[in-house]
Amino acid sequence: MTSRAAPAPAASQATINVLTALLEARTGQQIAAYRSWRLDTALKPLLRARKLDTLDQLVTQLLQGSDRSIGDSIVDALVNQETSFFRDAQVFEMLAEAVADAERDGRRARIWCAGCSTGQEPLSLAMQFAERRDTGGVPMPEIVATDVSDAAVARARSGRFSQFEIQRGLPVRRMIRWFDTTGSDWAAKPELLGMVAFRRMNLVSDPAPPGQFDVVLCRNVLLYLSTDTKAEVFPKIAKAMKPGGVLVMGAGETVIGQTSAFAPSKRFRGLYEMPVQE
Amino acid sequence: MKTCLVVDDSKVIRKVARHILETLDFTVTEACDGREALASCMASIPDVILLDWNMPVMSGMDFLRALREADVPRRPKVVFCTTENGMAYIRAAIEAGADEYVMKPFDRDTLESKLQIVGMA
Repeated sequence: MTSRAAPAPAASQATINVLTALLEARTGQQIAAYRSWRLDTALKPLLRARKLDTLDQLVTQLLQGSDRSIGDSIVDALVNQETSFFRDAQVFEMLAEAVADAERDGRRARIWCAGCSTGQEPLSLAMQFAERRDTGGVPMPEIVATDVSDAAVARARSGRFSQFEIQRGLPVRRMIRWFDTTGSDWAAKPELLGMVAFRRMNLVSDPAPPGQFDVVLCRNVLLYLSTDTKAEVFPKIAKAMKPGGVLVMGAGETVIGQTSAFAPSKRFRGLYEMPVQE
Repeated sequence: MKTCLVVDDSKVIRKVARHILETLDFTVTEACDGREALASCMASIPDVILLDWNMPVMSGMDFLRALREADVPRRPKVVFCTTENGMAYIRAAIEAGADEYVMKPFDRDTLESKLQIVGMA
């Protein structure tokens, strides 16, 4: 006779409300009602790790407040961490030009990856500009990378990637130039990791990194925020940028109708610029 | 339509690769070892070759060396697709003329991204 585990009962609406409210309170990110199925998928590993059967049990533990790490773990699991190396390759080609423009007066350019997830985006930039430095003698731009998830930032700082992660978007010559094998994983060489300053930062509630940036990448982050929250975040990003600075958003995102702080770039198709005040 | 020759002694891998490649608008041909692949290339050069390493009759590496020395009208892109995941294997493949390297197991995203890197997707 075989026994089969019964499927976990669907989470109650009260549980769904608690989880989505926790995510929004901590990160500003929303999960639309029609996507609440994502809660089950994203939190399954956490349930397993805590030997729980249902989301209702997880929320009960959360509300009991005896273990403060539960809330952090839930938020880390729910934040969308989808990313890959050199995602949308043409963006990186345009950024090479944008950075070169910013360096015309001899200064070192500054780049901020806002919502860097597990680090593939800033490390891609670091590889691209380090290779330019090596061939052309041009100084490296300063690269600051932030994410709301402690777990994502910790992974980014570790520079370790699975075989699946390392292969997505990363050309093999760059892989063997900038990474070493470590067991079944791949680890960024210290030289590469040292080119990026990773920090935990909540885009909604924390101040932006100090100084002003020539380029900000904020791809597929703001789309999870409410209109009101976006209205707070756009000016914060704008304030952290130099006039004429370039903003990169996800392929399906736009500033149009959302903010007057940025306008579609005339130089770089699909990117946005902070207008230079006359 | 772009053409891809899948060279692998595993019928399952050939089937999986064919399925992914066809969804990426490739016309796919198959070979189960290096010698069969070489004969296929002599008859018609594909745009890209997805190449296993360990195969009977003629290995992927021997095939690649023979292909790069052969008098063929154009240079197809070669993407190694193998369980040989060590750095020494990868370096050897590149030195022998491979354009990209996929470590098995792979999924659609991985294969698509590697084909994009070699300008084929």
